[in-house]
Amino acid sequence: MSQQGKLRLDPRTVAKARRLAARAADPVIAMARTHTTVSVERATLRLAGLTGTDPGFAGGDTPWVNRVVDTVREQVGLEHGVALPVWHELRTGGHGSLADLAEKVGAGSVRFALPTGRDADRARTAAAKAVGAGITRVDRNRRERDRLVKRLGDPRQKPWIYLIVATGDIYEDIPQAQAAAREGADVVAVIRSTGQSLLDYVPEGATRQGYAGTYATQENFRLMRAALDEVGAEVGRYVRLTNYASGLCMPEIAALAGLERLDMMLNDSMYGILFRDINPRRTFIDQRFSRMVHARAGIIINTGEDNYLTTADAVEAAHTVTVSQLLNERFAKEAGLADWQLGLGHAFEINPDLPDSFRLELAHALLARELFPDAPLKWMPPTKHMTGDVFRGYLLDGFFNLVGAMTGQGILLVGMMTEAVVTPLLSDRDLALQNVRYVLSACGGLAEDFHPPRDGLIATRARQVLWEAVDLLTDIADDGLMNAIADGTFGITKRPVDGGKGLDGVVAHADGYYNPAVELLEAGA
Amino acid sequence: MTPSMTEPTIVRPYGDTTDDGMVQVSFTLPVPHDARAEGAAQQLANKMGMAPAMVVHTKAMGPSFTFFVVYGRVSHLVDLSTVEVIEREFTLLTAKEVNLAIRKALRRKLVVVGACIGTDAHTVGIDAILNVKGFAGEKGLEYYREIRVVNLGAQVFVPELVSRARKERADAVLVSQVVTQKDAHLENTREMSAAFDAAYDGSRRPLLVVGGPRFDPRMAGGLGVDHIFGKGTTPSEVASYLAHTLLSKEHREVRRSAQDPAPDTRRSPEGVRR
Repeated sequence: MSQQGKLRLDPRTVAKARRLAARAADPVIAMARTHTTVSVERATLRLAGLTGTDPGFAGGDTPWVNRVVDTVREQVGLEHGVALPVWHELRTGGHGSLADLAEKVGAGSVRFALPTGRDADRARTAAAKAVGAGITRVDRNRRERDRLVKRLGDPRQKPWIYLIVATGDIYEDIPQAQAAAREGADVVAVIRSTGQSLLDYVPEGATRQGYAGTYATQENFRLMRAALDEVGAEVGRYVRLTNYASGLCMPEIAALAGLERLDMMLNDSMYGILFRDINPRRTFIDQRFSRMVHARAGIIINTGEDNYLTTADAVEAAHTVTVSQLLNERFAKEAGLADWQLGLGHAFEINPDLPDSFRLELAHALLARELFPDAPLKWMPPTKHMTGDVFRGYLLDGFFNLVGAMTGQGILLVGMMTEAVVTPLLSDRDLALQNVRYVLSACGGLAEDFHPPRDGLIATRARQVLWEAVDLLTDIADDGLMNAIADGTFGITKRPVDGGKGLDGVVAHADGYYNPAVELLEAGA
Repeated sequence: MTPSMTEPTIVRPYGDTTDDGMVQVSFTLPVPHDARAEGAAQQLANKMGMAPAMVVHTKAMGPSFTFFVVYGRVSHLVDLSTVEVIEREFTLLTAKEVNLAIRKALRRKLVVVGACIGTDAHTVGIDAILNVKGFAGEKGLEYYREIRVVNLGAQVFVPELVSRARKERADAVLVSQVVTQKDAHLENTREMSAAFDAAYDGSRRPLLVVGGPRFDPRMAGGLGVDHIFGKGTTPSEVASYLAHTLLSKEHREVRRSAQDPAPDTRRSPEGVRR
């Protein structure tokens, strides 16, 4: 393929778009580098191996990591990070282990202090060793994945087929996920319970009750990982596991994903702000940490641009998808993620009653493909225009699959004809997979025959969307990303920098802030 | 002419000939795909009133499930005279007409507070009704000049909704519920209506309107709300309903005398429990 690809995008325009994205993102990154959050600090303790909940506090659901971080915050503040006071206490207070210390925190018998001088040095050394053990486990998991992929193999086709299970009960999810893998799923995503993104703690243990999804917990991760490894050996390919690093506990869930060898994580730079009304600063700080963990763990992130198109018009808002992809790319690269880890999102959501809707879909999908040639790209099925007419929906999903094949998408989320009607029946999933298999086998190689003419509707439309994206990025870069979010630039929602949930968990670094996880992750492999 | 002369009251499904009774169904049975499976599908179709039933497609789905497509003649009849429908009790107005009606009746903007409550994060429904963008080619309520919209978005807690509704002096509260697992939408709705009743003790609370794809519009009384909108509701239907109900003479009079602790007769007793 030539440098300019099939769409003959002007390389100078593409470079300008990236420059603008960097200009918009960089002040936010600078803010993220100088702040921490309660969830970043809790993730640090999780990497050091602290698990479990305090049975004697509230309903017994509060994790020890929350108890310790909250107590440190009360007693000495979080401006210096949780590591210094915790490992100073651990070293000097006569505690057997981090877990023992947590229990004494629960009993109210610990007074944290901020060490100075040689005490601080010793605390840093001890903390780095403990957190380093967690990072070592993340590294080991990454090597284990590489080994399994080598032995069992990757999916035989591109795009990879991505299926969702969501029963609310991990023990129901497991047989469903295994059945999905046997039916052809290469990636299994376990949707979270809808309430989870606004919980400021990660639930513990194997869970059997969730709403429209199953809670993300370390134990649920472990159980599902083992189940997919088992079925992977049976079907002869490595089956990838996906969950969601979003919401108020993004850093912790990212850490748990690394510790339990998940393979993909939903992780968008602005989704939580726009759609969940989580504070913008909290989101960007949490996100940077979680992406550093994903980078280290060899996890592929999936971004959430499909969401823009479910609330806005997919033609009018096409360029906002491109803008978000470019911002997501910038934030991801800064956090250390490589191109192959960027499952940038986009979706088939144009109103099918619009003339030429399929050609426009091709234009948008090809634009994403050519702007990010080395990223896997996650192609999302129609949801907004699925009406309950399952027959029409099946046809629409077929066209969606066709765009995926023609534009070389990396990850294809299987569309269900029962979208927005009922939770898919067993037969709906089977029919949906037949649809995908038919299209991929009938024209999986169509991308190589598909060269839209330079002056045709597809190439012209793609160039227009790119220009619109550059215009919008110019405004955002001039205005500042935080202001743009506050002004409602992305969709109708306005999200002021000091509004939303979770702001009280944001803390500015003091001089001498220390977080061994951040140091180890920033230092790289 | 009487209606019965223009339209029969007894009808059968129509395949390609009047009264042929033909229907098509598909289903899955937890049996392996073998000779017995097809017989099992036949039996189920017969019990569903299909005779003769043609099992036109069978397919194994894994080792222990089989999928069927069945065409057949159904023996049941539909008696149109016994079908119950909720007729729309208000006329559909254009945005212009709604604006004019509000201006004339209220001489101020009509205030609508909207949210997804509980753990439901699916704002698709509330946004379709409220956002300027709207739904099905109709602009949302934000587009109506005489309506002030406060969209609180997803996962709003009920106490927060009640206090915002008070603060904004809401005329109506619109709540969208998509997630129905374990009847979350019903639980959340009951909790919300009870909270409004408690908070507006004695005074006229705002009109409570819920919407979502899995609600039965007839449940409004039981859930303690004033109206339920089902699947496919468009913004103009909601706007027309609000104008019809809130601008009616008697409604405004009740609201004016809201200081009198008169019992709210519109509420069914079971809606107040919880």
